[in-house]
Amino acid sequence: MKTMAGLIREHPFLADLTEAECEVVAGCAKNAVFEPGTYILREGQPANAFHLIRHGRVAVEIYAPRRGSHVLQTLGPGEILGLSWIVPPYRSTSDARAMEQVRTFSFDAVCLREKCEKDPALGYALMKRFVPVLVQRMSAARLQALDMFGAQA
Amino acid sequence: MSALPTRLAPVPLRVLATTPETADSTTLVLESGAIQPGAPGQFNMLYPFGLGEAAISISADDAAARRLVHTVRGVGPVSAAIAALRPGDVLGVRGPFGVGWPMRQARGRTIVLVAGGIGLAPLRPVIHAVLRERAAYGRLLVFYGARTPRERLFVPELAGWEASADLEFVTTVDSGDANWGGHVGFVTALLAQARFDPARTIAMTCGPEIMMRAVANHLRERGMAAEDIHVSMERNMKCAAGLCGHCQFGPLFICKDGPVFPYGRIAELMTVREI
Ligand SMILES: Cc1cc2nc3c(=O)[nH]c(=O)nc-3n(C[C@H](O)[C@H](O)[C@H](O)COP(=O)(O)OP(=O)(O)OC[C@H]3O[C@@H](n4cnc5c(N)ncnc54)[C@H](O)[C@@H]3O)c2cc1C
Repeated sequence: MKTMAGLIREHPFLADLTEAECEVVAGCAKNAVFEPGTYILREGQPANAFHLIRHGRVAVEIYAPRRGSHVLQTLGPGEILGLSWIVPPYRSTSDARAMEQVRTFSFDAVCLREKCEKDPALGYALMKRFVPVLVQRMSAARLQALDMFGAQA
Repeated sequence: MSALPTRLAPVPLRVLATTPETADSTTLVLESGAIQPGAPGQFNMLYPFGLGEAAISISADDAAARRLVHTVRGVGPVSAAIAALRPGDVLGVRGPFGVGWPMRQARGRTIVLVAGGIGLAPLRPVIHAVLRERAAYGRLLVFYGARTPRERLFVPELAGWEASADLEFVTTVDSGDANWGGHVGFVTALLAQARFDPARTIAMTCGPEIMMRAVANHLRERGMAAEDIHVSMERNMKCAAGLCGHCQFGPLFICKDGPVFPYGRIAELMTVREI
């Protein structure tokens, strides 16, 4: 049977971490399953975990009074869910709902933050993976905000 | 037979059928008369009499049926008048014009299509052509970005494409609604998840210019050559025959050198504001 370190290395997000780094990171990881409709993250709650999605799709939502929940983005296999665990005050900035059964590698954020503090090289290796995702999502959100397919496009 | 007369003077053609696509877009089926069918990516100049002309792409590969198919979004006086035509109405047509999609280069290769909004209309004939001669091409991946689920074109046909094993078709919207179970987000996010070999792929994109730039940049980062990425440019046109200079884009004329260009040829021009 494959170890957790071997399994997480198969996920595209961590694919090029070294074996040793994977061992360390795997110590904070576990398998998680979310049934359709359940919330994986909740806005304002402590960002105690982030997820590497293995199966299923997730809707990242924001709730506005009177308007209800608005889907900002959907994520699927191969993508990461949860970026707030890296930045103080470590609180989720949106809701994340399982659109179907979702299986993830769930990482304990407190555990991982401690390991990164102790081992800055590992922290840097992880940041090099998270920052491009942050930048891509910010660029995509800007383009979405332009409403470029709208009538005045 | 010379095609010239149909390029200079509009041929009056009857509207055979209309299909409303969205609140402001309609697909028209016209008799073809003396107008040649045209290739995917080419366009005709449509003339609602007395109002002026608009360049409108061929939106279906329907040559065998001897019909012209166009999908029009009403954004101003001319396009709105075209989108409001009814069966039996007559409008003037000149064409076909321009350099279309590189169908010959696409043979044997993986084809990535990225369409945004009304930009699916000029790319639909590519899908038709590939499906008609399926074995001649490699994988066909289509990424379609729309504003909302209700603003998608060709909805019944999309369902068939989504279910078909002959292509990988995905839609993403900027903003979903309660019934939308599909993707939400910008097309590049979907593209980033797709696996294909950049060296064996040809890409074609049509939509707002900012979208095409983002798509082309993403594909370049993935290792695709700029010459293998093709974009369809839009500029206001008048003569459509490379004579009047209305659609001049730097040293190029969109109407006769394009509207489809390899990205390598126009990438720099796309970032020049004065053009
Ligand atoms: C090669 C080519 C192929 C084209 N194919 C199609 C097609 O298949 N279907 C289609 O609907 N249109 C297509 N267009 C665009 C179409 O030609 C224009 O929308 C039309 O000419 C607008 O004319 P108008 O008089 O109705 O509006 P105008 O009075 O010229 O414009 C009215 C307003 O709409 C804005 N506008 C103009 N064009 C667009 C646009 N494309 N999108 C959003 N806003 C716009 C203008 O900035 C202005 O604010 C194509 C253009 C080119 C150059």
